[in-house]
This record gives sequence, structure tokens and C-alpha cells, in this order.
Amino acid sequence: MAKAKGGVEEMVLKGKIKVPYTWYVGECASRFYVELRDNKRIFGTKCAKCNKVIVPPRSSCGKCFVPITEWVEVKDTGVVQTYTVVHYAVPGIQPLKPPYAYGIIKLDGADTGFVHVIVGADLTALKAGTRVKAVFKEERQGNMLDIQYFTPV
Amino acid sequence: MERIAIVGVGQTKHERRKRADSFADMVYEVTTKALADASMTIKDVDNVITVSNDFWDGRTISSMAVTDACGSNGKNVSTVEGDGTFGALYGMMRILSGYYGTTLVVSHLKGSESSMPHITNAMFDPVYERMLGLDSISSSALQARAYMDRYGITEEQCARVSVKNHKNAKNNPNAQVAMDITIDDVMKSRMLADPIKLYDCSPISDGACAIILANEKRAQKITKKPVWVRGVGYCAEAYHLGDRDLADPIALKAAAKKAYSMAGITNPRAEIDVAEIYDAFSYMELLWMEGLGLCEPGRAGRLVEQGVTEMGGELPINPSGGVLSAHTVLVAGLVRIVEAALQLRGDSGKRQVAGAKTALAHGINGPCGQSHCVWILGN
Amino acid sequence: MAKRVAIVGFGQTHHTTTRRDVNGVELINQAVTRALDDAHLTINDIDAIVIGNMDHFEGINYVDTWSIDGSGGYMKPIFKVCTGGTTGSTVAMAGFYHVASGMWNTVLAIGWEKNSESDTTGAIITAFEPVWDRPTFAGAVGGLAQDAMAYMHETGATLEDSARVAVRDRQHALNNPYAHLKLNISIDDVMNSPMISYPIRFLDMCPRTDGAAAVIYASEDKAEKITETPTWFIATSNRHDYTMAGDIPFGWLTSLRDASREVYKKAGIKEPLKEIDMGELYLPSSWAGLMWIEMLGLCKRGEGPKLVADGVTDMTGEFPINPSGGVLSCNPIGATGLLRVGEAAHQIMGKCDKRQVPDVKLALTTGFGGCFWSDVILLGKKKPS
Ligand SMILES: [Zn+2]
Repeated sequence: MAKAKGGVEEMVLKGKIKVPYTWYVGECASRFYVELRDNKRIFGTKCAKCNKVIVPPRSSCGKCFVPITEWVEVKDTGVVQTYTVVHYAVPGIQPLKPPYAYGIIKLDGADTGFVHVIVGADLTALKAGTRVKAVFKEERQGNMLDIQYFTPV
Repeated sequence: MERIAIVGVGQTKHERRKRADSFADMVYEVTTKALADASMTIKDVDNVITVSNDFWDGRTISSMAVTDACGSNGKNVSTVEGDGTFGALYGMMRILSGYYGTTLVVSHLKGSESSMPHITNAMFDPVYERMLGLDSISSSALQARAYMDRYGITEEQCARVSVKNHKNAKNNPNAQVAMDITIDDVMKSRMLADPIKLYDCSPISDGACAIILANEKRAQKITKKPVWVRGVGYCAEAYHLGDRDLADPIALKAAAKKAYSMAGITNPRAEIDVAEIYDAFSYMELLWMEGLGLCEPGRAGRLVEQGVTEMGGELPINPSGGVLSAHTVLVAGLVRIVEAALQLRGDSGKRQVAGAKTALAHGINGPCGQSHCVWILGN
Repeated sequence: MAKRVAIVGFGQTHHTTTRRDVNGVELINQAVTRALDDAHLTINDIDAIVIGNMDHFEGINYVDTWSIDGSGGYMKPIFKVCTGGTTGSTVAMAGFYHVASGMWNTVLAIGWEKNSESDTTGAIITAFEPVWDRPTFAGAVGGLAQDAMAYMHETGATLEDSARVAVRDRQHALNNPYAHLKLNISIDDVMNSPMISYPIRFLDMCPRTDGAAAVIYASEDKAEKITETPTWFIATSNRHDYTMAGDIPFGWLTSLRDASREVYKKAGIKEPLKEIDMGELYLPSSWAGLMWIEMLGLCKRGEGPKLVADGVTDMTGEFPINPSGGVLSCNPIGATGLLRVGEAAHQIMGKCDKRQVPDVKLALTTGFGGCFWSDVILLGKKKPS
């Protein structure tokens, strides 16, 4: 039994904050998720000022600070810009059992990186520049994990 | 700008688990230490800034835990939620406003009481990225890889930072993880998210820190060894990891530029004598060195190999052992300021850099150093 | 070099129970865009940003960095302040200190909340000390009810007295196109509404709201170039004195008394009711509208009910309170205190349309939260000397 500085037994209370959340993704992200769920298509928005195709889509450009209204479909293939293979487990947060990889992927047709998980036979062969393709879930719910993972092609 | 000085500092020992101390106990300890250091009483404190985070503390309005302990009753007080360097910044602004002559800034955290991956996962946007399960280690690994690929920085060069800082920590009685390790030890430590291994990571820590700032008039009366704020800069860049070039810390460059211009520094490598940098992971010390303009992009690895940043080197970095040796989140940036101030006062004991006249302290907010705060201090 | 500070722009979103059409970042963007439009500025004119909300209402850690796309903070200095219910007024003060410090000329202050995204009361309960207070503390209503009970017991104020405040603020909201609740209610309606926690009935209590507010501050060097009607920051003070629920002197909001006295002293005000023209006050329950105007020194102890009943605080009275409809009509918590400041600034600028109080020269605003903490800000038309 641990003793504090004053020699008294140190008591510990266990607790957990349990606050349920419901995030309204807004009209812009709703359109992205509906396309992902219903049509397995990935959409971005294109800023009229800097001409960048932003994926996942934003309703305004963070850099130009102007509203964006133009929608652009991008490919479900792309190039790994950076990656890491995760070897430690955090149950309840991680979508897959390690080892699996995270990558920032520049989808074909996009100007920004798309963060997702990468699964493949040989993750040690993963490199910046590796081409990957999205694998969609059979049962899609309208969230980021409707793309089950990307895999090297 | 009117001259502002650091006139008192206090910190706890940083430990893995402070079982005996509540948030209030830790804050009371550092408040009384800082007051004693400045030979002040709480009556001499004109206003207070507390720094805390509701996620880490498991509590909405986390500052409520420490209002008694920091002595803010009957005073104007506010709370910054972010790294302690930002809290100190707000404390300084409040003096510059002319409303107050002195500000006490306190920060506390007990990493032991909560869950790092869950809390850092909550940095990620629930609309797009949170479900992917990123946390501070995995997101930083993406940045480390991007940086190392860009410039050919090696894992051994990163490991060298860890070896250096843990060795420096042996001279710091407040550090948590002080040890003699080799590059090989780091390389062979458990792989968490490559290229980041266990010994490339900062620990989970409990602790608190306080500083007292004063305007010039008050500072001259309070202490014979004021540490002057010569420049401060802070800046944030894009949020989504995919919107950023993770190998190019543009927000840090902008923050440093502002701080240097206020301080009249044109050649930071030559003019800064000692730096306390937010090295939450070993690669960060290298990347932030480059962002701070202490070397050309891609050169930090070589500099570390050459021993430039060791104790006794041309520009010692993290004589305290840095964040790698004690990572009391939020508190850690304030500790960087305190360590820099102690160096300038000549009060750093065994970790003293001889004759330090200009020091740099640095803190970060957000994933992969999205927002930075840079302080230049002088004596 | 310390600078005098003015408010030069204010924007708020449409407020409602659930803003499904936007996520948090987009909500922030709406308020920021409206504030910039109000000041005829662009984001490039903004030197620095300060933002606030309460973490557990949306479950976002590091909101300052998360919100960059919406706030316009890309490559700008930004940090977050957070003090619970006082967050909005804390943001307002931080905007002031940013500019007063002389470090920045033009600063954007943002407060926001999407209370629909979580369990508001569940999150508020976590505000209390886990070892001592949390097992027995029952969210915001419980504390306010105890405060009201202590006051009733001492002064003999009645439920009809408090209902008058509930009706007044709701009537005022009918003039505010942005208000969340537009309830054309009578004292009978309040008296017949369900009892939540005695003596607080359903219609005595504020709602929970989705919404955002943004206020733009400028230094004396810039303010008059940006607008012909800058609203000057005259004085501010706050007290966040209590730590535990048991510390609170229920029935006496001493934090508000002390903070307001400091503000009056700084501003040279001796008779606030006479010298100040109106108030936008953070009154989370109708009872607060009786007790706390006494703490503000607008009348003597126990005379709050009479002041309200005599119509002094109505739109046509000597000291109109909450022309916007106040917190009882709109409560996006992290924005609530900032809305008070923005509304008061627009009153002084003469931009309040149907809710305009004629010729406002000095306006008092307050924030409330935490452990019965208070923030006070006094705004004025005349540039301080
Ligand atoms: Zn753009």
C-alpha cells in the first residue's frame, strides 16, 4: 500500500467521463459521405482562387479564406506521400489490429493529402511514392471507414 | 515595446506518477516557490494566468481546480488552454496593456491520471479523421518519415538527440527520465510507429510550473537578476495533416522571424547561447532547429553528429534534458522558459551553460507542431 | 506601449437548437465572415486571433488549431482561452488585452458552441471536483436554484418577481432576428411551466444553443480609420474566486459585486444606474435578473424585484437590460459572453434596428460561469482619455 509524504494511505478514485457526442458534419461533408456510401466515389471541392482540389472537401478554403462551391471527383487511387507502420495497440481508438499503416495519400486529381490506413501483404516495402488504391467496405455507413483501407497496387 | 522581465520561477520535480499531490497541491507548490524565488508575497501579484486543459484533467473548466492554489482570489485572472508558452504570452500582454505590473503564470498536468492516446486522438477532427485512430505518436511518425525522407535524416541522428537529452537530464534534479543510453539502445528499443521507437518518445509526466512576469519598474525593484523578454513570436499553420507540408515547419519559421526581429537577432545560430526546444519526439528537436533557423533545412542531423548541440558545444540545446526527459504536457513549454531563464541568471547548477546571455525557449500546440510560440530571453 | 482599444466589428450566426447544416468549423466561419463584413475588413487585415469554447461540449481538443479553416487563422498568431460559462467574456477580455498590449493592431475574438453535439448537463457536471463535489452536484440548474433559494429566503422575493424577468427578456428577443428563442409569453405562462428545480421553472431557465460570435478589436491607431463609430473599451475586471461548490456564498454573487466595483472605479462611475445607459447581462436564469442587478449596484439589496416591476429595465426604461433577449433567449455557451459584448457594441454604434436603445453612450456587459465566477466589461461611445 502506497504511503504519501505524510505517511497516510494514498487513496485513488477511479472515474470516467462519459459524454455522448453527435457530430453534425454539415452540408459539405454530408455530400462527401453520401457519395462515398452510395456510389463509392470520392469527391473534393475546388477553390476558385487558388485552383486547389481539396480532399476531403471543405466549404471554404483555409488558405484563401473564400467560400468554395465547385465539386470535383477524384480517383480512388493515389500516391503515398508519407506513412508509418503502427506496432502498438490502443483498443477502442484504432480501426484495425496492429500492425497496419497510416499514410498521407495524394489521390489522383487532388492537390492535398488524404489521411487513411494502408493494409498490404508486405508493409515493410511501403515507401513514399508507393501507389495505392482504396478498398471499399461492402456495408457502408457514411463515414471515413467506408473506405476499409488503401492497399498497394 | 515596454521591457518585461521574468522575476520569479518555480517548478515541481516532474515524475511519472505524483500519487500524493492533487492539481491544487502541485500548483500551490510552484506558486509558493516562484513567490519565494522573487521574494514576493501573493499580494504583490497583480493578476494571474492559469494554463490547463479540460481533456487532460478529465474535467470541464479545469482551471476551477486551482483558483485557490494559485492565489487568484480577489484578483483578475484568466485561463489559457494550450502550451504554457502561450499562457506566458498572455500574461505578458496583460502587463503591456498597462493594467497590471506583475503576472503570475501557472500550469499543471497529470498525464498519469488519464490516457494519452485517447486525449491526443481528440485533437483530430471528428468529421473526417478521428475514426482513423491517429494519436500523437502515429501522427508524429508521419511527420518524422516525411522529414527524414526529404533530407535523408537518419534514425541514428534522431537517436543521438535522445542520447544527448537523457544524458543532460542527469544534471537536472527536476527531470523524470535521466539516463545514460547509447544510440544502439535507442535503435533497439521497441518500435512503436516507425521510424519512432520507444526511446525516441517523451514520457508521460506529472508536474507543474510557475513564472512571475513584471514590468520594468517593478522588475528593477523585485530582483537584481531580471531576465528580460527580448522577443516573442507565435503562429499557426493549416490544420489537416494532408493540407500541410509536414517536413516544412512554416509556422515555426514565421514565429521565429517575429521573435528574432523584436529581439534584433539577425544570426540566431551565432547570437543564441542556449536553446530549450519542444522535443516531444527526438526528430522534433532536429526539425524545430531548422524551423528556428539554427541551421539550413536538412542540416540538423549533421549538427547533432558534430556535437554542436551538446553541453560544451557551440549551441547547447536542451541542457535540462528537454521534453524527452519530462513531458508534462502544457507545463513543458513553461518549463522551457524557466530553464532558459535559469541559464541566463546563472542558476542552472550542473546544467549551466557558461556565460549564457541570450536564450531561446519554444512551445507547440496542435498535431505535429501546428502552432508554435518562440521566446527570446536576455540578461 | 499600452493602447486604447475599440470594437470595430461584430458578427453572429443564426442561432438555434441544432445547426445541422454546418459543422463547428463552418459555424465559426459564418460568424467570422459576418464580423469582417461588419467592419469592412478582410482576413488579411487581422493580425491575431483568440478563440474560446468549452472542450466537452463538442469533444474537440485544441480548438484553436482545429478551427483554422474556419477562423482564418492560417499563418496567423492564435491561441485559446477557456473558463467555462465565462469563456465568451474571457475571449472578449483577451481580445482587448491583445490590442491594449500594443503587440497587435487588429484582433479577431471568436466564441462558439454547438451544444447540440453533446449532453450539456452531463458535461457541466464534470466541471465539479471529482473527489468532493461531482458525486452530488447536479449541473447548472442545481447551483442556480440554490442561489435563488438563498435569495428568496433572505429578501422575500417571489416566483412572480422572477417570472417578470423571464417575460421581459423573451419579449425583447422578439425584436432580435438572431435570437434562438422567440417566445411571446406572459407571467402566467412562466408560472404554469414545469418546475425543474425549485424555484426555477422551465421558462425561468436559459436554453442550450448552437451558435458563434466574432468581435473585431482595433487599436486607437486604426479604429477611427476602420469605422466612424468605434465602440471603446472603457474598463474590465473579473473574479474567478471559488473552487468548490461549498465555497459559493449562495444568494450573494460576490464575484460580480467585486468585479463591477473595480470597473466602476476605473471608469469613475459613482451611480451606475444613472450613469450607464443599458446592460447586456449574462443572466442564465430569471432569478439572476433580480439578484445580480443588486450585486451590480443598480439598486439596493432586496430592491431588484421592484426595479424590474417598475419597468426600469424594460426597453423604454431608464436602464434597459438585454435588448437582445439575453441568455434566456440564446445560449451558445462559449459565445454567450461574447454576444453580450458584441450586442452592446452594436447598441453604441446604433446598429441594433428594432432592438436599438436610443443614444447609448455607456453599456455594461457581464459574463457568468465556472464556480459562480463573474466577468464585467464596460463599453462606451467616447474615446477614453
Ligand atoms: Zn484557395
